[in-house]
Amino acid sequence: MNDWLALFADHTVQNVVLGAVFLGVTSGVLGSFAVLRQQSLLGDTLAHAALPGICLGFLVAGGRDLGFILTGALATSVLAALVMLLLTRRSRLKTDAALGTALSFAFAVGVVLLTYIQNTQSAAQGGLDSFLFGQAAATLRSDLWIMGGIMAGSLALVAACWKEFKLVTFDPAFAGSLGLPVTLIDVVLTAMIAFAVVIGLQMVGVVLMASMVIAPAVAARQWVRRLEHMVVLAAVTGVVAGVAGALVSAVGANLATGPLIVLVASALVVVSILAAPGRGVVWEAIAHRRARRSLRGRQVLTTLYELAEEHADPHYPAERGTLDAFHGLDTRPALERLERRGLVERVDHMPDEGPHWELTDAGHSEARRILNDTEAETR
Amino acid sequence: MAAVFSNIPSMIILTGALVGLAASLVGTFLVLRRSAMLSDAISHSIVFGIVVVWLATHQQSGPVQLVGAALAGLLTVFLTELLVSSRKVKNDAAIGLVFPVLFAAGVLLLNLYARDVHIDTHTVLLGEIGFVWLDTLTIAGVDVPRAVVWMSVVTLVNALFVGVFFKELKLATFDPQLARALGFAPTALFYALLALTSVTAVAAFDAVGAVLFIAFVIIPPAAAYLLTDRLVWMLVLAAAVALASSGLGYGLAVRLDVSIGGMMAVMTGVFLALAFLFGPRHGLLAQGLRGWRRRWLDELRTLVVHLYDHEGTPVQDEKNVVVALERHLRWPPAKATAVVARGLRDGVVLKEGAHLRLTPKGRALALELAEPWRRAAA
Repeated sequence: MNDWLALFADHTVQNVVLGAVFLGVTSGVLGSFAVLRQQSLLGDTLAHAALPGICLGFLVAGGRDLGFILTGALATSVLAALVMLLLTRRSRLKTDAALGTALSFAFAVGVVLLTYIQNTQSAAQGGLDSFLFGQAAATLRSDLWIMGGIMAGSLALVAACWKEFKLVTFDPAFAGSLGLPVTLIDVVLTAMIAFAVVIGLQMVGVVLMASMVIAPAVAARQWVRRLEHMVVLAAVTGVVAGVAGALVSAVGANLATGPLIVLVASALVVVSILAAPGRGVVWEAIAHRRARRSLRGRQVLTTLYELAEEHADPHYPAERGTLDAFHGLDTRPALERLERRGLVERVDHMPDEGPHWELTDAGHSEARRILNDTEAETR
Repeated sequence: MAAVFSNIPSMIILTGALVGLAASLVGTFLVLRRSAMLSDAISHSIVFGIVVVWLATHQQSGPVQLVGAALAGLLTVFLTELLVSSRKVKNDAAIGLVFPVLFAAGVLLLNLYARDVHIDTHTVLLGEIGFVWLDTLTIAGVDVPRAVVWMSVVTLVNALFVGVFFKELKLATFDPQLARALGFAPTALFYALLALTSVTAVAAFDAVGAVLFIAFVIIPPAAAYLLTDRLVWMLVLAAAVALASSGLGYGLAVRLDVSIGGMMAVMTGVFLALAFLFGPRHGLLAQGLRGWRRRWLDELRTLVVHLYDHEGTPVQDEKNVVVALERHLRWPPAKATAVVARGLRDGVVLKEGAHLRLTPKGRALALELAEPWRRAAA
């Protein structure tokens, strides 16, 4: 316990945790839009496209100045987003090819610039590699001001254009008919992912940023149905993943922060997909099972009723074997469930022929009700 | 023979060319199937395969690595499809969820168990094609770079696959439903294609790394796609782009003293940009030219139909003058003058004082639009 308290008192750890909070909030909020607009891989492309900007920022500043580096990263990310939009709108290339082209071309330019820096300014090059995988421990207090500023800026943008963003995300055609500048909003929604990307460069690096844009939003989507709630929950998920990953990396020896954050976020996605109430895979399976049971019960009950009608004997004892053969499956569990509800009861009738069942009075009225309902539905 | 294989520049260019050839062979079908980003996912997740195989066998290359990578690639695709089939996640998000996990796991395994080995995280991403000649195999008494040997094998396998299954691949790519109905197995074929993509990625790994590989898979076929509508030509053009990028990229990289693999990938992008701008049918310039010609023709048609409408009517002298074009068609004066000038040049109108008259050619053009049913009679 004391170890953990000491950990929080540590200056570096404070920086890392605060940075993780900024990252989680920004990527959760902005990522929600990307995922809903089915542009999830945009984060991947824009993150890789930040590399040339990082190098340019380094070259302009003549050193590892985060302000310049993030400005450069933001510029080339936005540029890549525009190139991607240009390719999909003005050529026959589809989204996937346009994303892949922008990603790999921008990264190649970044690699070329990186080697150029290595070969010309070898002394100052230190630390650029850390942007590939992120190095949270290198976060400085001054970096936090920049990251916090980017977070505030992107949150302000989303708040200011909330209803426009929401409308264009869910129904661009309707938005257009209302006279909204859909293309412009589309470009803004696409390019603003760059904010999430640059804030994550320091923490998780260019390669794994894709996951930080997607995972919190996908996890949040499983639990809620409204955009307002999704955005908030995605931000919370992002913060949890960011802080947990950063702390483990601070405690554990020499583990890169980025991969840890990504693994935590992905684990949250798996849990959400399985367990989210109402929508999760487990819940769906339970609901499916319940529906099947209820259907079987109603089928068996109405079969008993029809047998009784056919034989003009309200207490006609039906043999279980007959019911099994009629339904093509074992009806015992269904009969036992009906018995517990007091709708059927066992009767002692020709014990050599196996168990027999008949309807109770309650069973009669229930079966008649079901048949009436079905008739009303089919009419 | 030995002289060729010990010539460093030619070996580097050959490696780049082979990577480009092998990658664009599979990439063509990925781009056409709109699954180009799967190559991004695969090339990242083979890092996981490579690390696991390395930890298990301590082999850095060779058949075991190729199999391990193919499995890692297929695992990515399988997990993606699994996520999609749960209907909780869309396809694009599923791709973006799976490969970072595998990649992150690979990087953490490296952090934990393999701190001082040759696969450091830097080469994982960037590769070093400049050093391929350092690592050689002796074949028939000649030292051949290992990368060249493996890339040749992979290129050959890819070419054989595409050659043998050309008709099936074509059908499965353009009409998967028909392919399935005819009894071909488009899904199996697709998985085979992705397995080959993974194998190619791992063979190319030492030379160009995980990310630049994506450029060789996607960009040459994408550039070719902008230039042609025929599958065979697309394969040929993609190969040509890959070869040219390899040669030019090497030359530029040496001159500027920068990453050779990076420069080769940049060159593929330059070719794509050229195809995008100057492609004969789908290029931006051709599109612009077509649009401009259409507008030109539309304006001319508007002019002749307007003149035809009032021809021989009492208001003819009032309507068929340049000033009327400005008033009735709401054309700015400059536009009206320009269109009339073009009409005069094309011989569809005549100017008699202030009046505009249709020539027989102009009348025919107007009739085509105003009374299209007459065209058959005439």
